[in-house]
Amino acid sequence: MSVSVTAGALPPAVALEGIDKSFGPVHANKHIDLAVQPGTIHGIIGENGAGKSTLMNILYGFYQADSGRILVDGRERVIQSPEDAIAAGIGMVHQHFMLVEPFTVLENILLGAEGGWTLQAGAAKAREALLRLERDYSLEVDIDARIADLPVGIQQRVEILKALFRGAHVLILDEPTGVLTPQEADHLFRILESLKEQGRTVIVITHKLREIMAVTDNVSVMRGGEMVAHRPTAETTTEELAELMVGRKVLLRVEKAPARPQAPVLEVEHLEVVDEVGVRRVKDVSFEVRAGEIVGIAGVAGNGQSELLEALSGIRKATSGRVLLHGQPILDAADARAKKLGHVPEDRLRMGLVRGFQAYENAILGYHLLPAYTEHGFLKKRGIIGHCLDWMKNYDVRPVAPLLQGTSFSGGNQQKLVLAREMEHDPDLLLVGQPTRGVDIGAIEFIHKRLIAMRDAGKAILLVSVELDEILSLADRIIVMFDGTITGELSGAEADARRIGMLMAGIREEAAA
Amino acid sequence: MEDLWTQVLLLTASTFRLATPLMLAAMAGLFAERSGIVDIGLEGKMLGAAFAAAAAAAMTGSAWVGLVTAMGVSFALAMLHGFACITHKGDHVVSGVAINITVAGLGPVLADAWFRQAGRVPITGESMRFRSIELPFAQVLADVPILGPIYANVISGHNILVYMAALSVPLTAWVVYKTRFGLRLRAVGENPSAVDTAGISVTAMRFRALMITGLLCGIAGAYLSIAQGAGFTRDMSAGKGFLALAALIFGKWRPVPVLFACLLFAFADAIQARLQGVELPLIGEVPTQAIQALPYLLTILLLAGFVGRAVAPKAIGQPYVKER
Repeated sequence: MSVSVTAGALPPAVALEGIDKSFGPVHANKHIDLAVQPGTIHGIIGENGAGKSTLMNILYGFYQADSGRILVDGRERVIQSPEDAIAAGIGMVHQHFMLVEPFTVLENILLGAEGGWTLQAGAAKAREALLRLERDYSLEVDIDARIADLPVGIQQRVEILKALFRGAHVLILDEPTGVLTPQEADHLFRILESLKEQGRTVIVITHKLREIMAVTDNVSVMRGGEMVAHRPTAETTTEELAELMVGRKVLLRVEKAPARPQAPVLEVEHLEVVDEVGVRRVKDVSFEVRAGEIVGIAGVAGNGQSELLEALSGIRKATSGRVLLHGQPILDAADARAKKLGHVPEDRLRMGLVRGFQAYENAILGYHLLPAYTEHGFLKKRGIIGHCLDWMKNYDVRPVAPLLQGTSFSGGNQQKLVLAREMEHDPDLLLVGQPTRGVDIGAIEFIHKRLIAMRDAGKAILLVSVELDEILSLADRIIVMFDGTITGELSGAEADARRIGMLMAGIREEAAA
Repeated sequence: MEDLWTQVLLLTASTFRLATPLMLAAMAGLFAERSGIVDIGLEGKMLGAAFAAAAAAAMTGSAWVGLVTAMGVSFALAMLHGFACITHKGDHVVSGVAINITVAGLGPVLADAWFRQAGRVPITGESMRFRSIELPFAQVLADVPILGPIYANVISGHNILVYMAALSVPLTAWVVYKTRFGLRLRAVGENPSAVDTAGISVTAMRFRALMITGLLCGIAGAYLSIAQGAGFTRDMSAGKGFLALAALIFGKWRPVPVLFACLLFAFADAIQARLQGVELPLIGEVPTQAIQALPYLLTILLLAGFVGRAVAPKAIGQPYVKER
């Protein structure tokens, strides 16, 4: 596919031609063409594993393409390392920030651009330059603060400053809003706008359609390692983009009937959790979850949701307070399971699965002592594989191969396998953490439908997610957590992103009013 | 009273002498571990260097040739460690242990083959060792009350390697905290991805750190065989590499606290030497073996109880692989 450039116009700030990249048997980028016009914000959208990050990491010199050319401002550049990319005026803000936590902001920015073999002179000069950049782009940061003490939103600004300090004219941002509150995301978009006004070029990689529509001028869609479409943002719709991403029509909004909550299944009273280092992670949290409803816990990652979930599932001891399931206390994780609590943990690779286990083994993990699977201390392998096959078919786990290792499945399929395990053992209460993290749109749709079906079957579901859209579309009641406390509770009907966003930032409604 | 004062001075001087190899090895370890490489092979590098120093000095008659050879051998062992851990992403502990075991066996075998002295390398000539240096005015100032004897007995009268060790600490602190190399060193041990994306080679940084480790460890080894002692004997490093590692952890990978940890261990060692055969009030004569165990017991106690949580460089021991 060739990209037309109007006669007389500037050459593209970045042009990729025929980029091809394989990792072993995985063909991550198939002959990709892309042209990004200078002074625009260009979105690259696609599902997880579509090859967006690989493509951008090639442009940033982190990986080398097997074939293809990179042109910057119309001139071909050989980019074999981040050093080359920086020299070509390309900067990148990675999804996981590339910051050294015990360092100050200044030290992080200096790293690799020290300006001399001792630090003193370079540091003084950098200080001046940074103050100027902060003013020009409203990137307020205390440059002597330690990174570890800064919230993620500010850490991201440090990353942007770092790139600008190195003279980046093209800034790549990989999933920049994943860790931000809606307000922080809005601030980020304003920063991107001001970069654009100053003539810089921004490339944003994301899987969130809303962001693409809000902030970009042009959008390119990737699917399965290929570039499938280029569109001016003004001429497309979220529906079209979603269809291009997935390759078929998708329902963005989950269809669901109003909830019919019944008796409480889970009661949490004044729960406190203090972690190993002595930090109070959960502070005096009380709520209940009733049969037949989905309660969503919203919040920016790291505000106590993980610890709450671990305490509820019996993995972590609560410091004080009570957790009652059907009116009875939960002793530990095994007891929780015996009392019909299912748990889909947040980090499926660390807690949901054993990486080296085959699918059928992973499919009964934690339930392996049930007589259905074990006889006289031996696993009934044949029977287990049979169950596993059924579940894989019902939950659309692909490939349907019970003997395949856990890590050989894609993220979405791993998640569906964990979900199948926990749902098929018929829990009365299901705790679900980040059910669609790293899961593609098609699988998200499936998982959401399953959760709704389970609710309608009269089960209680507690959903913890940092994806606000997910909470908004699934939850019947929404609890917002900030810094270990509950800052507010809204019914699904009255909730909107703005109100939740305020609560996620710790601003309680009565205080705001 | 006079006698006690002399005892204190002698004890302090002996603490400095015993701290020298610990300080050098601990600073060596600091460079490796700050870069993210676990260096349990300090012991082996030191022992290999001790052997090389003695052998080279005995063959050429020059202590300086001994020192350079020691640094060369220790450097080569450090590069071997780097080849295993950085180039081939091997396990740092396994590689370190392999170096320790190999050197422990190889030294005596080579010594036996070359010198036929039952696995020892004897040092006989004056020029083969680093002699004590009398600092200027030591004699003249000796009569000045308090400061005079301190200068003459504690500061003056060590061999040059002791002064090198003393210098290595402020030098290390300056390099680590004030230079570009130091900034990158600290960064690569905490978050190698950040270093990589900043356009700096993680591999090159770690190898450079190990080069310094090798050179410093070489000086430490030479000190054992051709400065403090005279000649190489089997296992003469006697766990000093591990003590240095303990001091490194106790000092939380920071040059000055590490220095104090080394001095503390050395002090325990100096006391131990004094206490041997001495009748203690109430207890009586403590068996030599029990007293000799003192520095090591102290290590265990300190590391187990009093340090609190030692926060190591975050990426320590992990081979750097670009995430896919």
